[in-house]
Amino acid sequence: MHMADALLAPSVATVMYGASTVAAGLSIYKIRKEEKSSVKEYSKLPVMAVMAALVFSAQMINYTIPGTGSSGHICGGFLLSALLGPWAGFLSMIVVLAIQGLFFADGGLMALGANVWNMAFYGCFVGYFLIWKPIMGTKLNNRVKVILASIIGCIVTLQLGAFSVVVETSLSGITELPFGKFCGLMQPIHLAIGLVEGLITSAILVFVNEARPEILSGVKANAQAKQKLSFKTTIIVLAVIAVITGGIFSLFASGNPDGLEWSLFGNAEEGYSANMGLDEEDYGNQSAAADKAAAIQEKLSILPDYAFSSNPDNAAGTSVSGVVGAAGVAAIAALVCIAGGAARKSAKKKED
Amino acid sequence: MNKAERAIDELRGIDKLTSINSPMHRLSPLSKMALTIIYIITTVSFHKYDLWGIIPMVLFPIIGYQFSLIPVSTCFKKLRIVMPLVCCVGLLNPFFDKAVITYIGTVGVSGGVISMVTLMLKGVFCLMASFLLVATTTAEEICAALNKIHCPKILTSLFLLTVRYISVLLEEVANMTDAYHLRAPGQKGIHISAWGSFLGQLILRSMDRAQALYESMLLRGFNGVIDYPEKENKNKYSWVVAIICIVLIIFTRYFNIPAYLGSLAL
Repeated sequence: MHMADALLAPSVATVMYGASTVAAGLSIYKIRKEEKSSVKEYSKLPVMAVMAALVFSAQMINYTIPGTGSSGHICGGFLLSALLGPWAGFLSMIVVLAIQGLFFADGGLMALGANVWNMAFYGCFVGYFLIWKPIMGTKLNNRVKVILASIIGCIVTLQLGAFSVVVETSLSGITELPFGKFCGLMQPIHLAIGLVEGLITSAILVFVNEARPEILSGVKANAQAKQKLSFKTTIIVLAVIAVITGGIFSLFASGNPDGLEWSLFGNAEEGYSANMGLDEEDYGNQSAAADKAAAIQEKLSILPDYAFSSNPDNAAGTSVSGVVGAAGVAAIAALVCIAGGAARKSAKKKED
Repeated sequence: MNKAERAIDELRGIDKLTSINSPMHRLSPLSKMALTIIYIITTVSFHKYDLWGIIPMVLFPIIGYQFSLIPVSTCFKKLRIVMPLVCCVGLLNPFFDKAVITYIGTVGVSGGVISMVTLMLKGVFCLMASFLLVATTTAEEICAALNKIHCPKILTSLFLLTVRYISVLLEEVANMTDAYHLRAPGQKGIHISAWGSFLGQLILRSMDRAQALYESMLLRGFNGVIDYPEKENKNKYSWVVAIICIVLIIFTRYFNIPAYLGSLAL
């Protein structure tokens, strides 16, 4: 998500520098205040430096994502704010991004302000104040809190960061890609990345929480009874998140055709009627069998075009579609796991 | 070689480049920084269809590399990091901007193609300029220059300490990764079962290390600020050189040199 200098207009870059400078100024003020009231004067600087270096180095570690063959890395801003607090975490992230931009060409000198805003501001401030702190203040088990806060935090902050990249690039007039389509490209990719980074970050923070809970910002050590997070609880929590996400976010899903539909039939309302010039109603093989199959499908489908069949404009229909969709995917995933488990067991038996 | 080892190599490579003694290295860090920032701002300010106008901008970094005794090719391997996003954004332009705006011979060229090439050139030029700055200026010099323009000392000290600590932690990560892969040959990354403990242990050790570092700094009289020594063989005419370059850069921005040369030839 590091933006290069070429992707920004000077005016946009200046505004982003201004915004990031204000946030940095406030962070410096807060740290100085903390230092003055602390017995250990100047103690923050070495810790911040070592942690910034650690996050930079840790981003070189590839974590295998099971079942995909690809790998991911940690969500730096969120990890730093969880370890150092938002103010020190933000300053450390500025330094990490400056080093990445200057020494490794990952970003740019002029784009530093925008990169700080997109990756450090959301990760450290939005992630800490709106997600980490409220969740850590709940009465849940420490482990559950850390897992929930990390996953939700990484997803939300990455989504905000990706959205900012789209806004900044579009305002700079760099791309001809329409704003909506650019968002449609960036947001889903970063949803997946955010989930993976959230899982990795949560695994690390859970380990730190188990070993030295006092290191984590906002965690009260021994405040909770030492209770292991069961597999069942995790599944229930994740299921609730999936239902909420599917239910709420599908209300905002685009009513426009998806990429494939768009390329085949166009979107006359938006002025793209040509494309492949196909008629949506008459597209496909015309035969008695095909008509019969379509009629059966129409009768059987409870959610045609992701809405209740009786009232296609009903928002609740879209919402239920999201929930049903999430449940369907979860069921397929569970079936795949069960089938895989059975296959592994039978293979093991054969080996024995 | 794993990713961390490659990063260590890159940092050492940059350290080596900064130790060269050349006219470019002798320029004052602040003048180089000002020059680089103005160059980058001017480069990205070119209109998206001004392909011919932007081409002469390549001369500044190329001349800079010659004066710094560093081959231009050194910066090209960095393009692998900066270019993917630029290319992703640029490559879509020809699909959305199909209006023909110029002709090369009899072949019509669409605005999308022109803006795509211009964007890529901007990406390459900006990278060349910022790498030239880093390759000719040490981290200490950058911090000293930032302090001169009243950048908060906590930020510059943090920057310097982090730069120095990165190589230490990168080495540790590289050793850990090597050790892990020796135990798990053929595995692409860190297995899910070790996600937490692998980096978690390093975090715990780093926290202790930070405490030790803090105590040793206090013993050496650390008072929250790190001071930087002035460079002895600094060029007295740094700002004169920088101002001449800035004037030339601004001239290139507003005077279309290729169009003028073309009109002379025809």
